[in-house]
Amino acid sequence: MNYRTLWRKSVNAVMFSLTGLCILLTVSVLFFILGYLVWHGGRAINWDFFTKLPKPVGETGGGMANAIVGSAKLLLLATLTGVPIGCMGGVYLAEFGGKTFSFLVRYTTDLLNGVPSIVMGIFAYTVVVLPMKHFSTLAGGLALGVMMIPIAVRSTEEFLRTVPVSLREGALALGASKWKAIATVVIPAALRGILTGIVLDLARVAGETAPLLFTAFNNRFWSPGWDQPTASLPVMIFTYAIAPYEDWHRQAWAAGLVLLGLVLLANITARVVLSRKLTSAAG
Amino acid sequence: MASTAVVVKGAPRQGRARAFLSRLRSGDEVAHLITLLFASAILLITVLLVFELYRNSALAREKFGWQFLSSRTWDPVFEQFGALPFVFGTVVTSAVGLLIAVPLGVGAAIFLAELAPPRISDALAFIIELLAAVPSVIYGLLAIFTLVPLLRNTVQPFLKQTLGFLPLFQGPNYGVGLLAAGIILAIMIVPFVVSISREVLMAVPVEQREAALALGATRWESTWKVVVPYARAGILGSIFLAMARALGETMAVTMVIGNDPKITSSLFAPGYTIAAVIANEFTEATSDLYIHALIELSLVLFILTIILNGLARLLILATQRKGTAHP
Amino acid sequence: MKKQSAFPLALTLVVAGMAVALISEPERQWAAPPPSPGLLINGAGATFPYPIYSKWFDEYHKLHPEIQINYQSIGSGGGIRQVLAGTVDFGATDGPMSDEQLGQAKTKILHFPTVLGADVPTYNIPSFSGELKFSPEALAGIFLGKVTKWNDPVLTGTNPGVNLPGDDIVVVHRSDGSGTTYVWVDYLSKVSEEWKTKVGKGTSVNWPVGLGGKGNEGVAGLVKQTPNSIGYVELIYAIQNNMPYGRVRNSSGNFVKADLASVTAAAAAAAQEMPEDFRVSITNPGGENAYPIASFTWLLVPAKFEDGAKRKVIVDFLHWMLNDGQKLAEPLAYAPLPKEVVAKETKAISEVK
Repeated sequence: MNYRTLWRKSVNAVMFSLTGLCILLTVSVLFFILGYLVWHGGRAINWDFFTKLPKPVGETGGGMANAIVGSAKLLLLATLTGVPIGCMGGVYLAEFGGKTFSFLVRYTTDLLNGVPSIVMGIFAYTVVVLPMKHFSTLAGGLALGVMMIPIAVRSTEEFLRTVPVSLREGALALGASKWKAIATVVIPAALRGILTGIVLDLARVAGETAPLLFTAFNNRFWSPGWDQPTASLPVMIFTYAIAPYEDWHRQAWAAGLVLLGLVLLANITARVVLSRKLTSAAG
Repeated sequence: MASTAVVVKGAPRQGRARAFLSRLRSGDEVAHLITLLFASAILLITVLLVFELYRNSALAREKFGWQFLSSRTWDPVFEQFGALPFVFGTVVTSAVGLLIAVPLGVGAAIFLAELAPPRISDALAFIIELLAAVPSVIYGLLAIFTLVPLLRNTVQPFLKQTLGFLPLFQGPNYGVGLLAAGIILAIMIVPFVVSISREVLMAVPVEQREAALALGATRWESTWKVVVPYARAGILGSIFLAMARALGETMAVTMVIGNDPKITSSLFAPGYTIAAVIANEFTEATSDLYIHALIELSLVLFILTIILNGLARLLILATQRKGTAHP
Repeated sequence: MKKQSAFPLALTLVVAGMAVALISEPERQWAAPPPSPGLLINGAGATFPYPIYSKWFDEYHKLHPEIQINYQSIGSGGGIRQVLAGTVDFGATDGPMSDEQLGQAKTKILHFPTVLGADVPTYNIPSFSGELKFSPEALAGIFLGKVTKWNDPVLTGTNPGVNLPGDDIVVVHRSDGSGTTYVWVDYLSKVSEEWKTKVGKGTSVNWPVGLGGKGNEGVAGLVKQTPNSIGYVELIYAIQNNMPYGRVRNSSGNFVKADLASVTAAAAAAAQEMPEDFRVSITNPGGENAYPIASFTWLLVPAKFEDGAKRKVIVDFLHWMLNDGQKLAEPLAYAPLPKEVVAKETKAISEVK
């Protein structure tokens, strides 16, 4: 083994160890985040957190019950607006699309996907809050819903395309019309993938703060109906984290843990279900 | 019963109408129409968005013109608004983020694509994708209480001592600032670089690797000199995508950047990004011109992200085509 | 097969359960929801009086469980903006609206003073936790970026015997549109010609130096966590967070600390000569014991309410605030309004129609 080979072999070893270091650093960040949140948030979570309203400034105690419900309402609204548009759009692209129109739809979907979340907030402010003359759950839910559309479109289209042609042709051969074939055969076959795509989409949008800052605003009380401002978990975390009160920090950790827990749970569940689907389809 | 009524050319009008009606009744046309309507809703929403942004920034565009992009002043009292400090802050923090995330991400991707056995590679990739799901505000929450004190007490003094001759590492040491924002951005965009790079690396045909090894290359040489260049376009695409993501990041950045619209040469100094200033000042812009200036800023950001996303898509497309077209 | 299909079913059940819970929300028995029909009134604005306002709205809610007044502290600039846009029912500010801003309003906006408060210079010097004395030149110099070190002569001169470190001063100011800022820069404009011409006054200014924090909370948070920093906050924020704050030299030459007596003294002259619309600045007043950086803070109430029920509540709240509410001010270190102002204001409430 001459000198040059020795050099090349050591470079080989060193560089690959460096890549190992890279992966170690990256992965450990996630564990650090989880660990830190569990440690601080876990100690702060109590029954009050889930059931009480926030207390006046400077007083300790209270909870974020209204923020939890507020987030749930916002997400419900987002799903009701984003999912139908997104999924139907995906169905159109996969099943019916004309050439130029499909191109246009795909292009604008990509465009919409790239819109920074704060810009989405401005959009919802000008289109919903100003005409309505107040901040509302509706505005926040719509902003989040529009953010859900691009991913819903993409995942619906992709999963519809994975349905084997033989399945479609079989349905048509048995005499079904095109729409019947799609509704009763193709979509159910792709349904698991589409649903998990929606769950992932929802998890992403659940953590968004910026679009809510000037749409849903914030609320120290329960928010009745859909046309009043509402508290939400991400906005509460932001408000409490930058404040000087120790008790608020404590509650921010608890809220962070709850939010992250839900988001990670949704992600892990969705991906596990997806991978099982793929193996079952292949096997 | 499949009703695919055929329209016969030259058939009497009544026949054609009946044929159309029967197609309609069959539901295909209806389904087509319904999905078409929803798809066009997407178009409408996007058009409306761009229109609203354009319309509501009119005052500022008229008053400042192109100077908006080159003016450094952001003065609400005297109503002088310029975008440069925010573009500066956005670009610098994203650049710092990329400088850290790209080597880290590509390195991790190489490990996952070349070294790790498939099941471990999948498991680790899964964990990294979970990182991408962590909300921005939670990164911010953690950064305030861990990263900022770490920077202020340990890292920045160290950098000052060792590399303090560079203007980059001079000046007072707050903890919050451009460097803090850059680092948190790096952590947030690394998952994108890793997962896309890993996929394009794995898509490189195995013949390429085997050919290199057959010629006597070490594993590393085969990876670095053959595989990575082959996947170069896709990796570059992932970088652009990560950059586009970094530009629009709001919450984590505003929590650690110091919120000061200044252009400085030091990474330790506080700065301001487009997204952060909009988040902080939008609900309080007291004059119409002020609000229009903020919306014009958002237009600038929007256009930047469109360009970057477009470039990214082209590059990733180029890799795919290369993969299939290779003789 | 059965194993795989249980999953989507479970997911659907969870989602359905959530939906059912949401629909039945008003009947939940936890923290008392408002008995229907409830009334929700939205207000937004100054962080300066946020502690007392949140106390007031909480107490008022206890007296009238069906009424919820939701106040968000987004800064005085926000209060002005949102009340002009009509997206909130009332606003709040410590920087009175300018004539120009009032001109933008579709309905006339009335200013109602609520309490008196003070901006204090709070700092975080690791080696010293006592009380510093600040001259006007020192404060202006620091915030102009000309006084950069803690052991600058302008600071050591007024603090003999204190061992000030040679570290750089970290300036912290507001990143959002703020009445607290307005009070601070209004004062600086009066005591420093350079500040007046270079920076001026407003709820948002072009700061020569410093980090930006969001809200009084944000500034207090930054100062608390950043060594060698100085910022300006409303008095109660420094007290509630056990942060040291300094004395400021007033126009009579005395170094005065912000407290109930000195803040009330600052308003003494204004109380006698309160203008009709209640907009007045009381920074740098005459008076031996007057604190120089004090201010009224106002609720911004539209003179005309479409909604009769809301109008009734606001009018009732204003009366309550001027009587029982004032008693809650002192424990939170805000000075109650002078008697003359209360009398004048009680009459002015009738302008809300």
